[in-house]
Amino acid sequence: MCVPEAVGDVLVEMDGISKEFPGVQALRSCRFELRRGEVHALVGENGAGKSTLMKILAGVYHKDAGRIQLNGADVDIPTPRAAQQLGISIIHQELSLMPHLTAAQNIFIGREPRGRIPFVIDQRTLNEKARVLFQSLHLNVDPQAKVGKLSVAQQQMVEIAKALSYNAQVLIMDEPTATLTDTEIDELFRIIRAVRKNGVGVVHISHRLEELKLISDRVTVMRDGQYIATVDTKDALIERIISMMVGRTIYEEAREIPTANPDVVLEVRGLNRGRMVRDVSFNLRKGEILGLAGLVGAGRTEVARAVFGADRPESGTILVHGKVAHIQSPADAVHLGIGYLSEDRKRFGLAVGMDVETNIVLATLRKFADAIGRVDFRRTRATAEQRVHRLDIKTPSIHQKVRNLSGGNQQKVVIAKWLTADTEILIFDEPTRGIDVGAKSEIYHLLNELARQGKAIIMISSELPEILRMSHRIVVMCEGRIRGELSGAEATQEKIMTYATMRTTAIGPQTAA
Amino acid sequence: MKSGPVALPLTRRVRLVRSDAVQRLLAFAALIVIIIVFSLASPNFLQFDNVVGILLATTVNGILALGVTFVIITAGIDLSIGTVMTLSAVMTGTFATVWQLPLPLAIAAGLVTGGLAGLVNGVLIAKLKIPSFIATLGMLNVAKGLALVISGLKPIYFNDTPEFNRAAMGSVVGSAIPGLDIPNITIVFLFAAIIASLVLSKTILGQYTFALGSNEEAARLSGVSVDRWKIAVYTLCGLFSGLAGVLIAARLNSAQPSLGQGYELDAIAAAVIGGTSLSGGEGSILGTVIGAFIISTLTNGLRILSVPQEWQTVVTGGIVIIAVYLDIVRRRRQA
Repeated sequence: MCVPEAVGDVLVEMDGISKEFPGVQALRSCRFELRRGEVHALVGENGAGKSTLMKILAGVYHKDAGRIQLNGADVDIPTPRAAQQLGISIIHQELSLMPHLTAAQNIFIGREPRGRIPFVIDQRTLNEKARVLFQSLHLNVDPQAKVGKLSVAQQQMVEIAKALSYNAQVLIMDEPTATLTDTEIDELFRIIRAVRKNGVGVVHISHRLEELKLISDRVTVMRDGQYIATVDTKDALIERIISMMVGRTIYEEAREIPTANPDVVLEVRGLNRGRMVRDVSFNLRKGEILGLAGLVGAGRTEVARAVFGADRPESGTILVHGKVAHIQSPADAVHLGIGYLSEDRKRFGLAVGMDVETNIVLATLRKFADAIGRVDFRRTRATAEQRVHRLDIKTPSIHQKVRNLSGGNQQKVVIAKWLTADTEILIFDEPTRGIDVGAKSEIYHLLNELARQGKAIIMISSELPEILRMSHRIVVMCEGRIRGELSGAEATQEKIMTYATMRTTAIGPQTAA
Repeated sequence: MKSGPVALPLTRRVRLVRSDAVQRLLAFAALIVIIIVFSLASPNFLQFDNVVGILLATTVNGILALGVTFVIITAGIDLSIGTVMTLSAVMTGTFATVWQLPLPLAIAAGLVTGGLAGLVNGVLIAKLKIPSFIATLGMLNVAKGLALVISGLKPIYFNDTPEFNRAAMGSVVGSAIPGLDIPNITIVFLFAAIIASLVLSKTILGQYTFALGSNEEAARLSGVSVDRWKIAVYTLCGLFSGLAGVLIAARLNSAQPSLGQGYELDAIAAAVIGGTSLSGGEGSILGTVIGAFIISTLTNGLRILSVPQEWQTVVTGGIVIIAVYLDIVRRRRQA
């Protein structure tokens, strides 16, 4: 760059950015501005388009419309490599490191220092360069340690070091703090501040609003794929940012408290499995939505899987309708009327290559078959038609392949499947992940409807607003343990976060040995 | 982070107990046990001639295994190595015997044939995105068919070039150190192993082999030309198959067009026994060499004990299952 660069100059300017994915308008004429030496927080609910916008800047996605300026000049960013060459580095939400390679090898992948013999890597220089890089960031990571053996926090540091090693002038971090402990977050912020001082513009995508004041200079809010506003952090009230993020009310406000003392349908006592499920006890009542809150990796999914029999618990008791249940496998759980709607619908919940009808009756095919196993297809068809109608699943017909439906409608097909199985207890694991806002509100509506009908629901969600507004009761997990229980009325984001970050064991350094 | 790992002086030690090293050590221990058991069971086992027999048996399978180790580390598979080896042998025979071309040219033809087959595999897998299992299964049959067509279903003998077999089965070592008549093709294998080991541990190609198997998407996002390196890996594997073809032709003094299928499984088994992970990202040449020796030693020992051929196959199969299971157990414990 020959232009004199000063902190505060506009570094990146994105304008009129639109992006459509099949069936979803992910971004609608969005804009974004990043200055030199600032930390710019990008906030919004899941699906607001934050990651998509930044992936366009990083060359991962192509924009359909709009323009991007870097240091005042129009740029085209067709590939991640092009972005790197322009000095734009992104740290993805899912860490993209190679666990079997060393930290140094990961950082310099694609531009290894060569030795005198062609194609031979100069490992010594490689490790030395990494060591110098780590030192300049005051990071305590062994360049020769395999990345798979490092702690998540250390892996993150390796990613940051890697991003900066491209002489990045723009550093995008997609939810870097989601899986870190408080001390690790402090460490991360220390590095971000150091980086900022060097004139790098940092984009910080986050869900944790309490972080904004700590680290960011400005905040841009996005909602439903649209740009809402950019404000100076020091002038902004968190409440105002939240209201901008949420915008129109997509949640059903009226939360019906179940009638007095309904039966406990599920009781879990002292459940243990590995590090992620430790002495977990809770109960679930008829007609209740129980929110299971916590940060990613707190052990919520593991609890659900243990209850559902997908993983066998090491100890503990599960009672269904007051009777001790011996759940050895998902089949046992289904038999007892427990359904699990997994986080990853495509992998665990649905046969996406099959049609809607088949998926709806798949779990209960035996009910539709006679003694020698012939399936009564008239009845399966009628049932499927009825479910599609009742749940308002948007599909051209019940013979449509599930793969071709939108995320929200796929989710409804899973629900239809469990309803057909007369499931009393439904465990929803991140039910609205990856579906658009409209479909979200329909899922919320459906959950409330199911609760009203007397189903007992456990809802696992990482979205605090969602948990807050949907749950009658909330239990919060951290590090495999239940840290607290809140009634729907008393719960706030702050209270949940307090429990969700309550740790007993300090996560010390993990050495490669 | 409260404090990082400050254990820099420990690095060496830490790297010695890498997880694939555990399996390698296990494999090595298993090899020693097998040798001890058989030498106790039969006095003929440790006879020099028999040891040479084991070395010879290891050579061809070992070279195939070297190539496929690269492919498996990228989390791919190459099922065509056995019949590509045959096709290479047939090409060498066609050049030398049918067309009467000079022997070095015939050898080059064998190597190039292998390399080309590997290149095609690589393009199919990297560019057309055909799963490696299917692409190389197709190549298995294509190579098998071509070998039969080109040879006219009949073996091609190297009757006009007796020096081919002599060079392979002679012993440079034996002439230097009398009594130590290790055949030259075994020396070729050991050289090939050393080169493969250097390529895997020291070069860009080696590093990207691991990177592809560890997290291909991450490599792509880091700007690595993933497709190109994948093609290079399959081509290299094909080259090793070509070398195996030349060597087996030299050893048998003939190109046998119907031989070869089934060799791929022994080679894959050798790699897996040696600690190369079928899910990618892990493996070593030393491990593969040990794995190849385990298979040939076991087969040889069982033969000496007059165990029927069929049962030898059953035992090798069982060993592979045990090796893979140990790998899974190890992985689970790490997780």
